[in-house]
Amino acid sequence: MEALIQSFFNAEIAAAALPIVLDGLLNTILLSLLVVPLGLLGGLILALLANVRHPLVRWPLMAWVDFFRAFPPLVLLVLLFAGLPFAGLELGGFACVAIAFFLNTGAYYGEILRAGIDSVPVGQVEAARSTGLSGLQAMTYVVLPQAVRNVLPDLMSNTLEVVKLTSLGSVVAVPELLFQARQAQSVTYNPTPIVMAAVVYFLILWPLVRLLSRLENRALAARR
Amino acid sequence: MAAAIVEARGLHKHFGALHVLKGVDLDVAERELVFVIGPSGSGKSTLLRCLNRLEEPSAGSIMVDGINLLDPRTDINHARQRIGMVFQSFNLYPHMTALGNVTLALRKVAGKSRGEADAIGRQALERVGLGDRAGHTPGQLSGGQQQRVAIARSIALEPRVMLFDEPTSALDPELVGSVLGVMRDLRDSGMTMVVVSHEMGFARNAADRVLFMDEGVVVEQGPPAAIFENPSHDRTRAFISQIQRH
Ligand SMILES: Nc1ncnc2c1ncn2[C@@H]1O[C@H](COP(=O)(O)OP(=O)(O)OP(=O)(O)O)[C@@H](O)[C@H]1O
Ligand SMILES: [Mg+2]
Repeated sequence: MEALIQSFFNAEIAAAALPIVLDGLLNTILLSLLVVPLGLLGGLILALLANVRHPLVRWPLMAWVDFFRAFPPLVLLVLLFAGLPFAGLELGGFACVAIAFFLNTGAYYGEILRAGIDSVPVGQVEAARSTGLSGLQAMTYVVLPQAVRNVLPDLMSNTLEVVKLTSLGSVVAVPELLFQARQAQSVTYNPTPIVMAAVVYFLILWPLVRLLSRLENRALAARR
Repeated sequence: MAAAIVEARGLHKHFGALHVLKGVDLDVAERELVFVIGPSGSGKSTLLRCLNRLEEPSAGSIMVDGINLLDPRTDINHARQRIGMVFQSFNLYPHMTALGNVTLALRKVAGKSRGEADAIGRQALERVGLGDRAGHTPGQLSGGQQQRVAIARSIALEPRVMLFDEPTSALDPELVGSVLGVMRDLRDSGMTMVVVSHEMGFARNAADRVLFMDEGVVVEQGPPAAIFENPSHDRTRAFISQIQRH
């Protein structure tokens, strides 16, 4: 028991590792603030393109979305990080994570937003267009607000996954939470910093999970 | 006769192999109320939707208030402000208040400031008897009130003509009267209107002309009394006796 506490909940080591872990937390938050909007932007572009029925847009779009949903994000990230330098592009870990998330999570956000847009009755657009709004204005002011509201639980749930996935950044030396914790662990020869990282992940994600549950319950109640 | 607001000539519409409009002519004079009746699938909605180009006609020409609607150089978004449309299912924006519904196009298309748009919007809501409901969302309004908000959304843009596609068909019977009342007021204020509906009572005492459509053509048209009492075609007679039995 004593040994267990010594290796996993070592107070001395925790105190020493705290600044490093907090530094990692800060980077995880910054990384999330970068990749979530990027993914949403990529998703919005894909969802809007999905409205173009032209085959020259439709087929490449479908291939794109399928490809990046099937491609494991970790493999994509490593490929960018290790492969791009051979194409003469030294981008660094942060940029590689940004690109990989734009491609991977964008495809997921895109499918969610597309479902949201499809859930808005066509009469909404017709009413908007009949008052003179352009297609883009109808999309912006009438369709998208309803679309987002209709798929809010799915958007939240995907966002939760995206925040968790930022830990992949550790593989390409982005000093986010997991990476920093492992640094501290390798210096101290003690897994306590990893436990700390786990606790921090839980503390920042748990409120999101609760909020999501409430949204889902509300959506269920509204459907009844 | 007053100047024509709507002049549609030789309208055809195909949906794939389906020939829905087969050469329809429609003139609507200023201040006129034209009432369109006909069996389900005869092309009434399609005709109406061509008049603001929600459907693209396959052939023919449409002039509205002197604007050639089918000319590719026509700014259709600009032209549509002059053509109000009211739908069977209201199609109010559920995420906005009544006032928000009425002012969206005023702000984004007509370029009014929020203050101006709100003032015009409140006036329009007053006109349909809903001045006290400006802050309600569609979900908080009855069907009849929703349809009146939808009418306010159109009239706020000061259209030259208004198109109604079965505006009371989705309403409980006791709510129909309030919507017809608003339409009656509009007509009395001189609005030019094309109305697709089964409300024969309203047609009798508000319409200038009734037009009977069947299978994509205008079978006959004339004053309400003539069409209802003394139609010259068997198809018209059959249709009218059929709906009067309901
Ligand atoms: N977007 C569309 N695509 C294919 N067919 C259509 C479309 N819209 C209408 N139609 C067809 O065109 C025909 C005429 O439809 P329309 O809605 O104009 O009839 P209507 O006279 O308004 O009928 P109702 O009284 O039932 O509203 C129908 O056979 C309908 O199925
Ligand atoms: Mg119809």
